[in-house]
Amino acid sequence: MTLYLLCFVLFMVGIYGVLTRRNLIKIVISLTIMEFSIFLMLALVGYVSGGQAPLVLDPETPYVQVVDPLPQAMVLTTLVIALATNSMLLTMAIRLYKKYGTFDIRKINELKG
Amino acid sequence: MNMESWVITLFFVLPFFCAFVNPLADRIFPGVQRVLTTVMTFALLILTIFVCFYHQQTIVYAVGGWKPVGSVPIGIHLVLDGLSGFMLLMINLIGFFSAFYAIDYMKEYTGGKYFYVLICLMIAGMNGVVLSGDLFNMYVFMELAAKSSYALVAFGLRKDELEASFKYQVLGGMASLLILFGITMLYWKTSTLNMADISNLLQNSDNDAFILFVQLILITGFGVKSALIPFHGWLPDAHSSAPSPVSAILSGVLIKASGIYILMRLFINVFHPDEYIALVIATLGGVSMFVGALLAVGALDVKRLLAYSSISQVGYVVMGLGLGMTVIAKGEDASAAALTFTGALFHMFNHSVFKGLLFLNAGSVEYATGARNMKQMGGLAKYMPVTFASTFVASMSIVGIPPFNGFFSKLLIIVAAINGEYYFRAALGIIVGVITLVTFVKFQVYTFYGKPAFVSDFGESPTFMKISMISLVVLCFVLSILIIPEVRSLVIDPALDTLLETNGYSTKMPGS
Repeated sequence: MTLYLLCFVLFMVGIYGVLTRRNLIKIVISLTIMEFSIFLMLALVGYVSGGQAPLVLDPETPYVQVVDPLPQAMVLTTLVIALATNSMLLTMAIRLYKKYGTFDIRKINELKG
Repeated sequence: MNMESWVITLFFVLPFFCAFVNPLADRIFPGVQRVLTTVMTFALLILTIFVCFYHQQTIVYAVGGWKPVGSVPIGIHLVLDGLSGFMLLMINLIGFFSAFYAIDYMKEYTGGKYFYVLICLMIAGMNGVVLSGDLFNMYVFMELAAKSSYALVAFGLRKDELEASFKYQVLGGMASLLILFGITMLYWKTSTLNMADISNLLQNSDNDAFILFVQLILITGFGVKSALIPFHGWLPDAHSSAPSPVSAILSGVLIKASGIYILMRLFINVFHPDEYIALVIATLGGVSMFVGALLAVGALDVKRLLAYSSISQVGYVVMGLGLGMTVIAKGEDASAAALTFTGALFHMFNHSVFKGLLFLNAGSVEYATGARNMKQMGGLAKYMPVTFASTFVASMSIVGIPPFNGFFSKLLIIVAAINGEYYFRAALGIIVGVITLVTFVKFQVYTFYGKPAFVSDFGESPTFMKISMISLVVLCFVLSILIIPEVRSLVIDPALDTLLETNGYSTKMPGS
């Protein structure tokens, strides 16, 4: 249970970072921390204590104690999405830097929510 | 009628195909991607009408042919039922008119071919979201639609567009992660991702603290996606910065497909309708309605005004949804729930039509004058008669003046609230209607009446933009006949039945 709670704490650290950091790159890093906490969570949810990797090593006895492979597949899919998220965010950050000459969000405030 | 179930995969296979063929085709025949995308969206519209009206049963397609083992569905299922069909109709209708409008509108932008790639991907993502019967698959399609919308918001690459897109990405990214967190928790509890299977498993257990926590996390996530009031910060910036045809899709269907549709599907078909959760949803809806309308009155930027008014109109839909859930959770008369859900679904359809039209109008004003601030406009009625007339019709629809569609859907929601003795919510609906009236009178007066602020060297919009706007005006009239029960039974009732059967959704799936 401690591990799950630590994942949640990591998620909260990410949210704290997104809300308080003033630098575009640090905001992106905080979002990535949130993503990784969920990947850890997914891997933990699929873990069976004492389980092995879900590979059929011996066709005669396929039913050994294995961990759940589905969350691992989900982590892989989400990693690809996270890659797209990060590259897109960083592209925008670079473009914004070229326009404003700064990463500080206090200076990038043309719009009022 | 017998139909092969693979037909429903065409709803995202066609746009995917179109998205990746577009840049290639454009190298050989410059300009062909406009025709290709328009024809593709038209084909999708025809396909939707064909699938929804001639084939009334639920279609289930198992991706990759993975058959259920015993009563456990493995693999991904695509499900087309009444609610999905209704959403598909909405998405592809607005998608087609926006693509048609963009033929002329996008000429002033460079990089038009990338625009068409992104718009195809966005349509594919939204169609995938509404067809998916699997939570994680739904998440992936939702991300696809969201990613392409982030890029489209920043399409002009000006300062404010980049800033809006960054803000949208950070908030949208946090929402997606909260949703993924909710999905993880649900998988932990039930060990399955199939929505019908989850619904089955949750039927046998009570709504304990774990499920309530998951529900609140998911409401937050989808609240950001559908821009309900405490979570709305990104919407006015993002929707006003995008090119106008994209704003029409974003405001018309994206917030509904990736926000409200999933709220409806999850909180009515998958979870038990819970009284407190219903209260949370109805309150969020009510607050969005009221505050969104007040923010819209104060706006001076045309597209920002329309974006704020989207928040308010989406609030109506969410409040109707919350009311219906309350009725179901209390175990009261199903006909009362039917009335609110009809109102909510009807208003959702209407909103996508008239808000799409209004954004196209705003785009056409911007195309002609190059301005978005209403104080710099005035007297446009003389120069742009078609835009003026269609804006007038759309404004009257959104305000709720009787012969137009918006009146009937608002009426249904308010009558349902009075029938259920929720007088405060009914009064809120009427007050917000009045505020909306003020907003749109202001919009009309500043933009189209009064002394011309320009020495005119501009005229009416090009042909394709005009045709697109006029067709949507016709739809604003035609949709009013959905109030007649016989017509309603064709379009809205299949979706309504899906909502009313609540957990009965799970019985339609194979292997359960």
